[in-house]
Amino acid sequence: MWHELTSDQQLLRDTTARYLADHVPLDRQRKNRDSAAGFEPAYWTGGAELGWIMPLVSEDMGGGSVSGRGIVDLSLIAYEFGRHSAPGPLVDCNVVASALSDVGGEAHADALEAIMTSSAIASVCLGFAPWQQSGEATVTITRDGEELVIQGAVKPVESAGQATYFLVSGRSDSGTTQVLVPASTSGVSIKNLKAIDVSRKFGAVTFDAVRVPASALVGAFGQAEAQMTEQVRNACVMLCAESVGAMESAFAMTTDWAFERFTFGRALASYQALKHRFADMKSWLEASHAVCDSAADALADGTSRAAETVSSAKAYIGEHGVELAQDCVQIHGGIGVTYEHDLHFFLRRVTLNRLLYGTPGDHRRWLAQMQIDKEMAA
Amino acid sequence: MSTGMEPVEEFRLRAREWIKANLGPLQPWDRTQHCKDDEEELVAVARDRALQRKIFDGGFAGICMPKEYGGLGLSPEHNRAFNEELAGHEYPSRFAVPTFNPCASTILEFCTAEQKAAHLPAILKGDEVWVQLLSEPGGGSDVAGITTAAVREGDHWILNGSKVWTSRAWWADWGIILARTNWDVPKHQGMTVFLVPLRAEGVEIQRIVRLNGESEACQEFFTDVRIPDSDRVGDVDGGWTIGTRWMFHERMGHNSPYVTYPSGLSQSAGHEDSPVAIARKSGKIDDPSARELIGEHRELGVVTRALQGRIADAATKANKDMSAIDRLFRGVASVRRSTIAFELAGSNASVWDEEEEAATDAVGMNFLMRQISCIGGGTTEISRNVVAERILGMPREASGDKGVPFREVPKGPKRA
Repeated sequence: MWHELTSDQQLLRDTTARYLADHVPLDRQRKNRDSAAGFEPAYWTGGAELGWIMPLVSEDMGGGSVSGRGIVDLSLIAYEFGRHSAPGPLVDCNVVASALSDVGGEAHADALEAIMTSSAIASVCLGFAPWQQSGEATVTITRDGEELVIQGAVKPVESAGQATYFLVSGRSDSGTTQVLVPASTSGVSIKNLKAIDVSRKFGAVTFDAVRVPASALVGAFGQAEAQMTEQVRNACVMLCAESVGAMESAFAMTTDWAFERFTFGRALASYQALKHRFADMKSWLEASHAVCDSAADALADGTSRAAETVSSAKAYIGEHGVELAQDCVQIHGGIGVTYEHDLHFFLRRVTLNRLLYGTPGDHRRWLAQMQIDKEMAA
Repeated sequence: MSTGMEPVEEFRLRAREWIKANLGPLQPWDRTQHCKDDEEELVAVARDRALQRKIFDGGFAGICMPKEYGGLGLSPEHNRAFNEELAGHEYPSRFAVPTFNPCASTILEFCTAEQKAAHLPAILKGDEVWVQLLSEPGGGSDVAGITTAAVREGDHWILNGSKVWTSRAWWADWGIILARTNWDVPKHQGMTVFLVPLRAEGVEIQRIVRLNGESEACQEFFTDVRIPDSDRVGDVDGGWTIGTRWMFHERMGHNSPYVTYPSGLSQSAGHEDSPVAIARKSGKIDDPSARELIGEHRELGVVTRALQGRIADAATKANKDMSAIDRLFRGVASVRRSTIAFELAGSNASVWDEEEEAATDAVGMNFLMRQISCIGGGTTEISRNVVAERILGMPREASGDKGVPFREVPKGPKRA
């Protein structure tokens, strides 16, 4: 994370950290393994009151950020989520809130209000992603008179079982379309799935000829590609910040272990073979901090480097977050794979985040396309 | 911060105007210091000297150097602003590293007023190009294990020994050298720093030919070279204090506030093909796995740059050893990028057409030279020790020379 924060940002970060430590300590999450939502409704409401779902929402719509750079503030919150392996659909609720705020108007004002105050959870169904070719879309959205028809399925969808709304992206003949679909709509079916994280829950959502009125559109029909891409980039920055927080916790825990654990009469920290691995991990961790901050800054400022910086961050942290956590497991030895130890919470978190909103492979192919386009233009 | 310093933005505007009026576009010579032959290199050197003089006469040399030694006495922010304005323009690249840093930065920190007056203005005017004489044939990473010796004789010192891996010493003017002056104390306590003219009697300079045929690095042999005591830097046997700061400056490389160079210019960027161009030539451009490699190549460039910014910030503010993280990361990332280029080229990497490409730009040759990024300027193994020991506070490695008079330290193989 940034070396220098404003006092308001510092306060936001500290308040979030204290709240998470008090309300979702790992011992409590360990017991919540089989709860449906992974958290209590009051926890999410308390978080909303701290401003977790406001930073990307415009002030006209009741939102706002402490620094005026929403994604930067949000990545401070996400970083603390990662450090505490906290539950809750932080990423998706913020993505949907920002999408509804950006289109503005009355059509989705009630839904936005409900999401921001935590009375509704909203999930993202990315049935067509910006790195995909049109043939790879899993959801299509077509027009039928005054109605839209949604067909297809999306997996994994975060908090699918708890969601009141789905922001669905799908392919239309003329391009990408986004609609806000109430979970109760006829033809929407939700199947809860087991997921690799302890406290973040996922499901599969199927749309079987789901019909919604044109007022469900978020943005113009067939012209939502730019806004969807922006949403994905915001999500990527949040996931990166979260993973950096999780890496920080896993690394700190493992460094302590290296000093405490003695073998053959020496601390683990005295073996050069292990010292060098710690040095490599430290370099990955610092690099992850650096590129995550750069990505948030670039996105907040809307610079021309934002696209490649965000995808670079998502690919780099996706790969090295997992490698770091697995190396921490290796250095812990057998205890590192037990449910009683805390390490697995962070391993799960970085592994999950590697897979959401584009894998390293997806983002690298996207980066390659950017490079090819750039060299064609030159 | 002293009062009355010109505001950075005013300085920037003044610099912008001057640069536009006086400096041409970036030359191939500036991007990489590789020249096609020695003749071209000497032309480039002369151009760099003239260009440095032009910057001095224009009033923009030595932005962070004190005024009494010909500099401007301004802040690192001023230097950064100048570097940003310099982007895309020609610049005296052969002065950047090692002349400005670590040589001039070390001279500024440790030399006497007389020594500084003798050399810093000459450097800023483009009259003196410096090299650092540190590594020796007998030991790479163990810098304090040097055996090049200086023995006092009246008001002179007599220097004997050899230094190696000195970039472009064959046309440079002066060197800053670390020499052993006391063999009866532990290694760190018996070294002294001197300033030595490279054209002095008894100095012989040989070129080192690397496996790709390029020969910028040199080895120097010193035979009874007489150095006046007035060219000694700091205390007799106090050289390690200077040496550690010298190496800190060295690790800062182009990020040092004493270095003038255009922002955003990658130091490794040669004429070699981009990964996209390589994949086109090998017919792999539409292969999804090749696309992933191209993306990873770009990703590593973006991350390297981001990390450099973070460390430059941290290095000046919190922990100077953080620069070892930058060094480790750059080394490993550069090796990976070289491997990616090699993978993308396929069998094309085995050959090149010398009418189209220099050996130093050929993908296959760059792959053979790949480890240099983890060796030059201190190996990544040493960086890993620095990170583990000085940043993470882990126990130091056992050594065979701690507290032992240097004369008695084992220096050769002993096998039973």
